[in-house]
Amino acid sequence: MTSYLPPAQRIWWNVPVGRQEIIWIAIALVWCLIMFFMMPYWHVYGKQNLSTEAYKTTPAQFGPKVQAMIDQYTVRTETDQQIPVVAPPAGSDIYMLGRLWQWWPILELEKDKTYRLHISSMDWNHGFSLQPVNINLQVVPGYEMVLNITPDTAGEFGVVCNEYCGIGHHSMLGRIYVKE
Amino acid sequence: MSNFRLCPDTGLFFDKNAESLIKVNAVAAVVFLLVAGILALGVALTRWPAVHLLPADQFYMFLTAHGVDALLFWIIFFEIAILYFASSTLLRCRLAAPRWAWLGFALMLIGAVTTNVAIFQGNSSVMMTSYVPMMAAPHFYLGLILFAVGALIGCFVFFGTLVLAKDQKTYEGSIPLVTFGAMTAAIIAVFTIACGAIILIPTFLWSIGYISYIDPEMYRVIWWGMGHSSQQINVVAHVSVWYLVAGITLGARPMSEKVSRFAFLLYILFLQLASAHHILVDPGISAEWKIFNTSYAMYLAVLASMIHGLTVPGAMEVAQREKGYTHGMFEWLRKAPWGNPAFSSTFISLIIFGFIGGITGVVMGTEQINLIIHNTIYVPAHFHATVAVGTTLTFMGLTFFLIPVLFRRQMILPTLAKWQPFMFGGSMTILILFMMGAGTLGVSRRHWDMDFAGAALSFEYSGMAYTLMGIAGIGAVLAVISGGAYLLITVGSLLFGKKLDPSAGILQNFLGVPLSRDTYNAEPEVLPMAAAVEEHGSAGFEAPGTFVLAMILLISFVVYYFINWKYLASVWPLS
Repeated sequence: MTSYLPPAQRIWWNVPVGRQEIIWIAIALVWCLIMFFMMPYWHVYGKQNLSTEAYKTTPAQFGPKVQAMIDQYTVRTETDQQIPVVAPPAGSDIYMLGRLWQWWPILELEKDKTYRLHISSMDWNHGFSLQPVNINLQVVPGYEMVLNITPDTAGEFGVVCNEYCGIGHHSMLGRIYVKE
Repeated sequence: MSNFRLCPDTGLFFDKNAESLIKVNAVAAVVFLLVAGILALGVALTRWPAVHLLPADQFYMFLTAHGVDALLFWIIFFEIAILYFASSTLLRCRLAAPRWAWLGFALMLIGAVTTNVAIFQGNSSVMMTSYVPMMAAPHFYLGLILFAVGALIGCFVFFGTLVLAKDQKTYEGSIPLVTFGAMTAAIIAVFTIACGAIILIPTFLWSIGYISYIDPEMYRVIWWGMGHSSQQINVVAHVSVWYLVAGITLGARPMSEKVSRFAFLLYILFLQLASAHHILVDPGISAEWKIFNTSYAMYLAVLASMIHGLTVPGAMEVAQREKGYTHGMFEWLRKAPWGNPAFSSTFISLIIFGFIGGITGVVMGTEQINLIIHNTIYVPAHFHATVAVGTTLTFMGLTFFLIPVLFRRQMILPTLAKWQPFMFGGSMTILILFMMGAGTLGVSRRHWDMDFAGAALSFEYSGMAYTLMGIAGIGAVLAVISGGAYLLITVGSLLFGKKLDPSAGILQNFLGVPLSRDTYNAEPEVLPMAAAVEEHGSAGFEAPGTFVLAMILLISFVVYYFINWKYLASVWPLS
């Protein structure tokens, strides 16, 4: 009478199921359906849904677009590396690229304005991890992801790389400023 | 001349070939667990911010090897042993094609060693996932391919043994539930290995220059068909072992064969869709694809796990109540054989897998919630609950059972063995809970330095994040010590345990040399069906205590699920 012997009844699939199991299966199924419909519900009523807009790209195509934004909207540079701080107008297309081992450039945005953020990688997989907000995206080479982003808190934010990208991975850090 | 040995303590019949192969696969598994454990210590002592032991290159090398050795080699070697046990031993049938089984074992061993060599040569610190276009040395991929081919052979030896047993009518009626579960695991394993072949063979060719380009997104999608599915093999295998241990330690029978087998069938149909969990914040994947796949169609594999979550402890409760432990809701649980490490490890594993592993997995696999969790250290917290406590602790418990039964040695240090499941389960739980906390605060996984030394810019995690990582580090060190206790007991017993069979020597234990010839003197009778029992359950509640536990699980699940939606609602709007 154990689990490692053949079933006690040859036609075991005709043995009625106990009330306890039926009740539990019913409860569990209802919960499963609730969880399932939460996702489409959030697409309609929630504010945090990842865009599915993306394009195939190459470093040779994506790099110049980033540079054009930098050339037009740079307001200052920071650190010894002269990292440009770019303040594009609200509602515009903004760009950030990941490469070994930096996020480029620094963006300066306005609070509660929406931007079309384009992200891609110039080499390997990277992870865009906006901290301490805690939004995390996979950045895949060859793909340009476009998402509408609306910063609703002001301050200085870090962009940590959270996809392993080699020996300098831990030093890959970017920044986004959000002004009131 | 018979090829079977009767175990005098359990009544199990061991086919000579199956016995040898179960032994060598289990021993190889434990060796890789040892390696994985040593590497875990290096990883843990580096991520513990106050210690920060290893330099970056060694840290990533250790982390790559820890992942591969713990998630693939330790577990899959052990699972091949389980497949042979669940087919040949449980069905009292000789193992089909033992020479193929040895070939499979040899390929797995060569593959596992090759990949480890590649990693420790230093040019393949690419993590277990080895996302292209980051390239490892060719033999890194080649080793994995050889290992997978060997494991595939093992699966087919298992299927062959099922066919043989049916053909020779070695059992009455249908195969036992445990064997049915093992078959589910083997079917999922074939799917897993196929995905691995589809992506790793081209990647190997790319690494030696025959293919110029592999699309990085395609790689991620197909690789996870192997990477996540291989962990689904573990789920199915350890659930099967839970049923087995419930039967061995308590004489439990399934509450309902139909319900438990239906739940395994749901696993076959839906479990592998969960590979999508890893693709939820990737570029250009449609929301429909993500919702359908990440929810295993409509959470039908979660339904299956919730069913097992009721029926495994429920079967234990029914068995205990039949022994007279009927007082109140939980006398059956209080008076359970907690001193038997096979039982305690199974029950601890069941609780932690359900309450932490299962719930976190569903939450982080929710399409939108993944935005606040992807690639944070919450992810390894989740899979240490599922794989390190769920699978590994279950397998540890099973080894304690197998030492006398299979290896014919008395276990040494029985008091330590009694405590080991509590030590390992407890310390792992510390590690898991505090990594979950740190992940919620945004701490990254696979990251050498949360201080970002050498970065042009700066960012500071909160002081709380450092505290949580420190406590997680302590939990990890304790878990490594508890794992060391397991290795001490198992390897020590095989070397120094009192021989229950005079011929159970070192060669027999470690290299699978058969015991003395006259041990194999049994002719198994046809495996009978389980004794019929009076159906008394369908009217009332057979296992009320388990139902209460299940409701507590459900309430925890619902609360934690909606807390995470609330947290998601607080981050920047995205569309």
